[in-house]
Amino acid sequence: WGTDEKAIIAVLGRRNAAQRRQIRHAYEEIYQEDLIKRLESELSGHFEVTNGTIIAKAVYRWILDPPDRDAVLANVELKKSGNKDHVIVEISCTKNPEELLAIRRAYHARYKRSLEEEVAYHTKGDTRRLLVALVSAFRYYGEEINTTLAKSEAKKLHEAIKDKKFGNEDVIRILSTRSIAQLQATFNCYREQEGTSITKNLPKDSSDEYIAMLRMAVRCLKDPKKYFEKVLRRSIEGIGTDEDALTRVIVTRAEKDLKEIKELYHKRNNVPLDKAVDKETSGDYKDMLLTLLGN
Amino acid sequence: IGVDEKSLISILTNSNEEHKRSLRKGSSKLFIEDENGFERWDQSSIKILKHQFNRFRDAVVLSLLHPWERDARLIEKAIRKGPKHYNVIVEVACTRSSDQLLGARKAYHSLFHHSIEEHLTHIKGRERKLLVALVSAYRYEGTGVNEDVAKSESQILYEAINNGDKNKLLDHEDAIMILATRSKQHLQALYRHYSQSYDKNLAQDLEGEGILKDTVECLCTPQTYFTRVLEAAVKEDADEESKRALTRVIVTQKEQLVKEGFVPNKIQDILLGLYKDFMLASIASGDIK
Repeated sequence: WGTDEKAIIAVLGRRNAAQRRQIRHAYEEIYQEDLIKRLESELSGHFEVTNGTIIAKAVYRWILDPPDRDAVLANVELKKSGNKDHVIVEISCTKNPEELLAIRRAYHARYKRSLEEEVAYHTKGDTRRLLVALVSAFRYYGEEINTTLAKSEAKKLHEAIKDKKFGNEDVIRILSTRSIAQLQATFNCYREQEGTSITKNLPKDSSDEYIAMLRMAVRCLKDPKKYFEKVLRRSIEGIGTDEDALTRVIVTRAEKDLKEIKELYHKRNNVPLDKAVDKETSGDYKDMLLTLLGN
Repeated sequence: IGVDEKSLISILTNSNEEHKRSLRKGSSKLFIEDENGFERWDQSSIKILKHQFNRFRDAVVLSLLHPWERDARLIEKAIRKGPKHYNVIVEVACTRSSDQLLGARKAYHSLFHHSIEEHLTHIKGRERKLLVALVSAYRYEGTGVNEDVAKSESQILYEAINNGDKNKLLDHEDAIMILATRSKQHLQALYRHYSQSYDKNLAQDLEGEGILKDTVECLCTPQTYFTRVLEAAVKEDADEESKRALTRVIVTQKEQLVKEGFVPNKIQDILLGLYKDFMLASIASGDIK
């Protein structure tokens, strides 16, 4: 890697997906090797978290097409043992139906399996039922709302939460099958009926992995930008920086709504995100992130 | 099945009033003796007539619709009509390619302003979990099956069927996950392992389990499923729903039927009129791309 990292960042950081594809194509023609494979080989075998690994990971994430990138993120998450970031929940709840579909296709192409069968294989119990349902969803895209239904489903959610039956069929069904518009209406009805938002009634720092995932799903579905702002904030504050989360949010939202997330961050934290990143990261990794933030 | 239009035309247009009266008197299924001295049309038999006359129309419509819309409408109707029709949902979800099923889901959005999964949630029965899972699938379609996994999953199914409570099969999460998420190639390998390991046929072991059996057949041995449906349609005492399946299967599966060498002899004798011509021509043209 060495001295070319700055050039890589400069070249790739400011390009959109179509342009990056052209770059990969050109690289292959000139150097007779797949740029992505080259980056993959830079990653494998590196378990010490050096700056080189982080930057390679960031570049690798950035250079992949968005659906491919999310498929990789999902696969990495599934194969991870120990602490999970629930990336799969994040992916399935913050993407629109077409994007989620593209991810499922990319997963077929890359891993020769369907995303849902891998999730089913690697998880069990309530976790499995929720995750498989979420990744398999193909929600209706319309804005129509049935208020009566929203009211009754808000009630069902409340009953389940009250009885601590977080994994019951109604909860999973409502969260994984309703359109986003209908869900938003349901969450609003919940707030009207109960006086607080549904997220506040879900136990916060639960050691139960399923409840943590459920809470994340609700937050993502309710207000994705607010959710991402919080991930960014958490990744930066405190001891050390969670580079994985920081990279993931910036890279995956750069071509979507990063601008609005930045504004939200600034409002919430009284300091612009660029400044916080500048302070907490260093070297080429910092350059990469700042370039993406400037896009 | 169907209507012999030509004969009807020649008989009716050539019949005088006297002849028609004897026709009516002779059709005890359609006409009953009214106390006021005339042969009255039996209201309930209007339905039968309607069904027969509509077969050609239904075949035309089914044939003309874009496959996505066609499948979306088949599913919506099946959901509406109830448990006896759920096999149609299984049929569509399991015998179409992944992209075809996806297309049906998209068409469903356009037509009914909801996702299929949402409408399925209104089903009260225990089939709901399985049906939702089946329509949500986007199965991998490439080759490459992990035989070890297929074998161990065949064991899971075996134990679920033979050791557990058969009534609870529809709630058996592992079984549903396997059937709903694995690729068809994988499931076919599983089917083979099941036979080899236990000397029993998975589909037969599910005899009496309704849509579970249909699911396995549609995914692993679709030609068995379709043959069964077609034979039920041409049986002597077939009911209306079984007969309707004839149109559906022939129109949607004609390429397959040609490949499987389906011989139209059976239906040749039973079908009538334009409907018969349409069905036979469908099968004959099945290998025209």
